[in-house]
Amino acid sequence: MNKIKTSSKIYMAIIILFLYAPILVLVFYSFNEANSTSVFTGFSLKWYGELMKDTDTIQALKNTLILAVTSSILATILGTAAAVGINAMRSKPIKTTVLTATNIPMMNPDIVTGVSMMLLFVFLARLVGVTGVLGFSTLLIAHITFNLPYVILSVLPKFKQMDKHLSEAAQDLGCTPVQAFFHVILPSIMPGVFTGFIMSFTLSLDDFVISYFTSGPEFQTLPIRIFSMTKKRVTPDIYALSTILFVVILILLLLINVSQKRGENKKKVKKEI
Amino acid sequence: MENNVIIDLKNIAVTFEDEPVLKGINLYIRDGEFVTLLGPSGCGKTTTLRIIAGFLEPNSGDVIFEDKNINGVPPHKRQVNTIFQRYALFPHLNVYENVAFGLRLKKFTEKEIKQTVEEMLTLVNLKGFNKRKIDSLSGGQQQRVAIARALAAKPRVLLLDEPLGALDLKLRKDMQAELKNIQQRLGITFIYVTHDQEEALSMSDTVVVMDGGKIQQIGTPIDIYNEPKNAFVADFIGESNILDGIMRSDYSVEFSGHVFECLDKGFGKDESVDVVVRPEDVDVVSAEQGAISGTVTSVTFKGVHFEIIVDINGFKWMIQSTDQQFVGDKIGILIDPDAIHIMKKSDYSGTFGDYSSFSDEIEQMSNISEGD
Amino acid sequence: MKRNTSLAARLSSSPYIVWMIIFIIFPLAVVAYYAFTDASGNFTLYNISILSRYTDTFLRSIWFGAIATLICLIISYPLAYIISQITENKQRTIIMLVMLPMWMNFLLRTYSWMLILEDTGIINSWLVKAGLEPFRMINTSSAVILGMVYNYLPYMILPLYSIMSRMDKSVIEAAKDLGGNNATVIKKVVFPLSMPGVISGVTMVFVPSVSTFYISQKLGGGKFTLIGDVIEMQFQTSYNYNLGAAISLVLMVLILGCLFFMNKFADDEEGGILV
Repeated sequence: MNKIKTSSKIYMAIIILFLYAPILVLVFYSFNEANSTSVFTGFSLKWYGELMKDTDTIQALKNTLILAVTSSILATILGTAAAVGINAMRSKPIKTTVLTATNIPMMNPDIVTGVSMMLLFVFLARLVGVTGVLGFSTLLIAHITFNLPYVILSVLPKFKQMDKHLSEAAQDLGCTPVQAFFHVILPSIMPGVFTGFIMSFTLSLDDFVISYFTSGPEFQTLPIRIFSMTKKRVTPDIYALSTILFVVILILLLLINVSQKRGENKKKVKKEI
Repeated sequence: MENNVIIDLKNIAVTFEDEPVLKGINLYIRDGEFVTLLGPSGCGKTTTLRIIAGFLEPNSGDVIFEDKNINGVPPHKRQVNTIFQRYALFPHLNVYENVAFGLRLKKFTEKEIKQTVEEMLTLVNLKGFNKRKIDSLSGGQQQRVAIARALAAKPRVLLLDEPLGALDLKLRKDMQAELKNIQQRLGITFIYVTHDQEEALSMSDTVVVMDGGKIQQIGTPIDIYNEPKNAFVADFIGESNILDGIMRSDYSVEFSGHVFECLDKGFGKDESVDVVVRPEDVDVVSAEQGAISGTVTSVTFKGVHFEIIVDINGFKWMIQSTDQQFVGDKIGILIDPDAIHIMKKSDYSGTFGDYSSFSDEIEQMSNISEGD
Repeated sequence: MKRNTSLAARLSSSPYIVWMIIFIIFPLAVVAYYAFTDASGNFTLYNISILSRYTDTFLRSIWFGAIATLICLIISYPLAYIISQITENKQRTIIMLVMLPMWMNFLLRTYSWMLILEDTGIINSWLVKAGLEPFRMINTSSAVILGMVYNYLPYMILPLYSIMSRMDKSVIEAAKDLGGNNATVIKKVVFPLSMPGVISGVTMVFVPSVSTFYISQKLGGGKFTLIGDVIEMQFQTSYNYNLGAAISLVLMVLILGCLFFMNKFADDEEGGILV
């Protein structure tokens, strides 16, 4: 299973190149002296300096991080509790209905989700006679809402992989049902909870369309800031920003990759004992 | 406790989605006994176990523990511990922590916990395995951790739900001996569930044979084997030839066209009965010398003996003999009086005991349980 | 028979269910409300009837989305297969490489394509330097489709790879053993078994492609209005919430309809999205 034809290797390389082309362009021109993408006049870090002075962008970055952390933590807690409950459901029709409804935000185009949430907020605001309802709280609610299905669908399968008598075994040995959950069930589903959290975090960081419709003028997220910047001609400090993002993500992924490799090596050593 | 009875099940009935699963179970278990609930898949034995453990409440009937009614008492309050079929070990804890789990809940001191865990691990021959991770253990080792964990908290009764099902044959036999050993050493009541009749016969003080949600027979292994009450029990335990017979008078029964002397009495004159003859209790002689005779239709070498199917007057008998016979031969058989066991007719009459469609594999397949 | 499922366990999903009703189900009802009312709140079918004006746009969106999805599928299928055949370590690395762009901001990546494809953009500058004629790439339908393919390609690769790497190799060996050559094996064994991955991938590419507005604006120059553009305009420019709601409603019904049909062929009870 190790040898592959050279033609396959070339094919893979072409596609990877295709995927990275625009990113590499941004990285390259972030170091350009001039504000141009047709001429490269010289190597310079000045756009990185400009980026640091761009308070609006820095603020947007901070906002995005706060939003991502908050919404993913809340979505993880709510979603894990939901998965526990759904798993314990005995009525098949109710379970199916809940799961189908859970799938809706994932299946719906982002724009429909964004529009529907915006209309909800506007509608409710009009009912109580409030204007200017869109702001951090509506944004937070929207983010939690689209994160929830991913948490639930990460955690739910973990129940199936678990020995179904685990909770009974714990109760048999003296745990109340609630104790059994925290001592035994939760540790077993933890990988799913963690995955759900990570997914929520990344989805939140990168969301544009839904945020676009549910945010107000005071609280800009980074994608929205980038959108307004790309409406006109963009200054290269944006390229600097993308380069930094790229490097950060690359490092994160490398770390994950390394820790996964270590985990698998540990397992291999054990099996040989 | 009255009469040393530790658990008493009175008229337990359980229905699941309109299907009756247990129909009026009455059973008492004495302290210190090794009791086995034996029966085919779906007979209700695991359900009975779960009722005792508290994971299931009966629709009607009472569960009495040490003279107290414990209906409605949740599992974590019962002095009963369970060993599950697939062990249900906690994957995120190592061996030590698994065994210590119940002890920690009861707030023992670290010192007491350490002592008990060491004791338990030694008991199950897993000394030194403290820090091992669960997923690095073999099936047999996981089994033993499960036993140590269940016994650590010193329950009054241990419930075992087909614990040896996932082990290979040699390991099973070893574990059977170990379990019996442990039970006798600790003097705890063991309630064991299995579909394997050999296992039940070799380990138990008392065997409870179940089928279709009802108890078919309760007795010592020897009683169950030698004096089955109906065709189901006779067939489930060991191999049996079960024929229609007529009691001509006390100690005399007619079957297969011949009148045989037997040891049973107390039946009505000319009463229709089921006659049980075990394959190993039959002597093979020449056709002329035999009480009854027939033609050999199949011979299989089993190592310990030959398994011979003989057609006698249209009924296919199974005979186990150390002498080889050949297909097509005419042979005769002699049956001693004490090899004949008479049973009253029951709902099971006519459904077992004829080896006309006999095949080893099908027999084994139908005896293999598919889970709870 | 009373089962001992803890009451607490069953109740633990109730906060979520309340949330779900308020923030997933109810908004859809609100959309329907706006779709069927006019600005003063009176019931009307005007918004719906006006949609016939946008049939072209709908069709164009579906067409572009379908082409983009097809291209993604054709590119990804062999790639996923190749990746599933190399050593495990290398597999992980390649998949990581494929996933990384997904986490880069998609607005920036699309903007970057604009820089590459512009009349005075990167490709054309190189062509001119090499003495060749520059040609029009930006603001064409191909550019828009390219943008869709580029942005959503990983979403097709990952599910396909996931299912192929889990495929039981002995099934393929059995097919060969029974006399199948490579083409037959792929047609009769690999392809049918990879169906859940195909459906997953198609879903994850088609849905965002059909409903995008940024890609068509930046790479199409506004010449190819897609349904996403129309919706966005209603809310950000014309403030015609009712029409916007009506279009959104129809879009949603369309997409959910397509998905429903596709899922009739899949049987994945876990939604098939997570890889």
